[in-house]
Amino acid sequence: MKTVQQQYEVGRHPDLPPPLVERGVVKWVRDNFFSDATSIVLTAVALYFLYKVVPPFVEWAFVDAVWNADHRNECRARGEGACWAVLRARIAQFTYGYYPAHLYWRVNTAFVLLFVALAPLLFEHVPGRRYLLWFSLAYPVLAFFLLWGGLGLEPVESAKFGGFLLTIVIGVTGIVGSLPLGILLALGRRSRLLIVHTISMVFIEFVRGVPLITLLFIASTLLNYFLPPGTYFDLLLRVLIMVTLFASAYLAEVIRGGLAGIPKGQFEAADSLGLGYWKSMRLIILPQALHISIPNIVNTFISLYKDTTLVVIVGLADPLGISRATLADSKWQGLSTEIYIAIAVFFFVSCFAMSRYSLYLEKKLHTGH
Amino acid sequence: MSAQEKSMSVSDEMMIEMNGVHKWYGQFHVLKNINLTVKRGERIVICGPSGSGKSTLIRCINRLEEHQQGEIIVEGTELTGNLKHIEQIRREVGMVFQHFNLFPHLTVMENCTLAPIWVRHMPKQEAEEVAMNYLRQVQIPEQAEKFPGQLSGGQQQRAAIARSLCMRPKVMLFDEPTSALDPEMIKEVLDIMIELARDGMTMICVTHEMGFAKTVANRVIFMDDGEIIEQNEPEEFFANPKNERTQLFLSQILQH
Repeated sequence: MKTVQQQYEVGRHPDLPPPLVERGVVKWVRDNFFSDATSIVLTAVALYFLYKVVPPFVEWAFVDAVWNADHRNECRARGEGACWAVLRARIAQFTYGYYPAHLYWRVNTAFVLLFVALAPLLFEHVPGRRYLLWFSLAYPVLAFFLLWGGLGLEPVESAKFGGFLLTIVIGVTGIVGSLPLGILLALGRRSRLLIVHTISMVFIEFVRGVPLITLLFIASTLLNYFLPPGTYFDLLLRVLIMVTLFASAYLAEVIRGGLAGIPKGQFEAADSLGLGYWKSMRLIILPQALHISIPNIVNTFISLYKDTTLVVIVGLADPLGISRATLADSKWQGLSTEIYIAIAVFFFVSCFAMSRYSLYLEKKLHTGH
Repeated sequence: MSAQEKSMSVSDEMMIEMNGVHKWYGQFHVLKNINLTVKRGERIVICGPSGSGKSTLIRCINRLEEHQQGEIIVEGTELTGNLKHIEQIRREVGMVFQHFNLFPHLTVMENCTLAPIWVRHMPKQEAEEVAMNYLRQVQIPEQAEKFPGQLSGGQQQRAAIARSLCMRPKVMLFDEPTSALDPEMIKEVLDIMIELARDGMTMICVTHEMGFAKTVANRVIFMDDGEIIEQNEPEEFFANPKNERTQLFLSQILQH
């Protein structure tokens, strides 16, 4: 056999593609699924597991599912699939709680405007960002009047709030309120002023050392003993304050960790340029400390958001509260799986969005090599 | 720089006065009875073995460190606990650090314009023009939009010098500005400092670069164990060191 020997000058040999087994799908599959005996066994087990789980679930959730029915028995009569009809029937309650139906538009408006207000805060390249930021600043007031009424709008009591509306109100308020408070507490705890330091430390340690449920109970019952008799203090408002305080204590510690990660030289450089304490914190230290802390801050936000479900214990009708009411209805008894899946999907989508945003932010703020 | 050239820029106006300054870290007596006067336009190099208190001394001048005894007067203002005075002095005293301490989350341009905008309340556009001038002077105008993390050590230190200059300080303090640099980058930083000296900037440099000291210094100060042991004009200082410790130190660093 004769092989063709092509001669090249030194340094002129063209690059050859790697051999077939070292590239493309073949290599990827081999490397990731069949690299050695253990991996082959695990791949086989995983495939078997997926085969056992996925098709039945798809069948239950989609193929055999019933979307239109007036009650549970009608669903069951039509097969063994999921009875999503319950969600259709109760969607309004899950979304708005007991908010008056003719005022849903106010909730919807507030919800849409929430994104308008968030956009300039979350993203740098939003057209008209400068003006939108003013809107963001005004949004809390606007949302308050839209949701609770006043200024000529029909008032709605807090007790009517429920479902995802309640989750979002508590979650967003908690997040927006706890961040500035957490930053101040973190700075306070590092302060050399004894009183500021002590107040911050006692607050953080107390709030962090107590379960959120305890704080919620304090909000719902104990607070009444401390307040002068006859003062009425909205339950939802009390819960909002407690959730915010609770999250801010955690955030304070997270941010303090970030502050501790800033090299001493940064403080000195800021000092030596004549920036005072607040300017050097705002322009130099906090941007870097918050950047380091992003994963932990978002972690705290996500856990705060999910903890909003605890308010069901003090009698607020969050999605879990609504689901209790629904399951107690003889028409829809026993459909807990469907309902909990729907609630899980709602929470997952919200939390996953937060998580992705934090990754995006980290990437955007990365400036070194 | 010739001796004549060196003395030309020195005026009689007092920039910095340190009288009987003492400092302790806990039990440790770092600065012992420091007496030092620096006139406008004077360039002083401080050398000495590590741990001798050189850095602490210049860091007392803009109160990155607090002294416990004696007085420090910068441009007629005495450094005390008074925050207003401290900030006023810091505006007039530039500092360059061993590890640059650029702000990594800001571009080089933003590093340079930050203090003029926020402390001197200069309009942004003017601050950027000023910054660009100084970046040209330190020969990195093309790096203005980059982040510090994307620059070499020498470029970072030059950016840090430009950042200090943008505040148009009356005195510049250099705290071992070339110690963290790779050998090939030391020269580019020293060149900038020499040029700055030529322009008549009042400078106090803590450095081991004896060639630099010979070229620009009006006075070389040798410190050991928290004390100023000896100070003299560079020619005299290097040719006839009087104190034993100075002789020992010079023999150690000039051997190679």
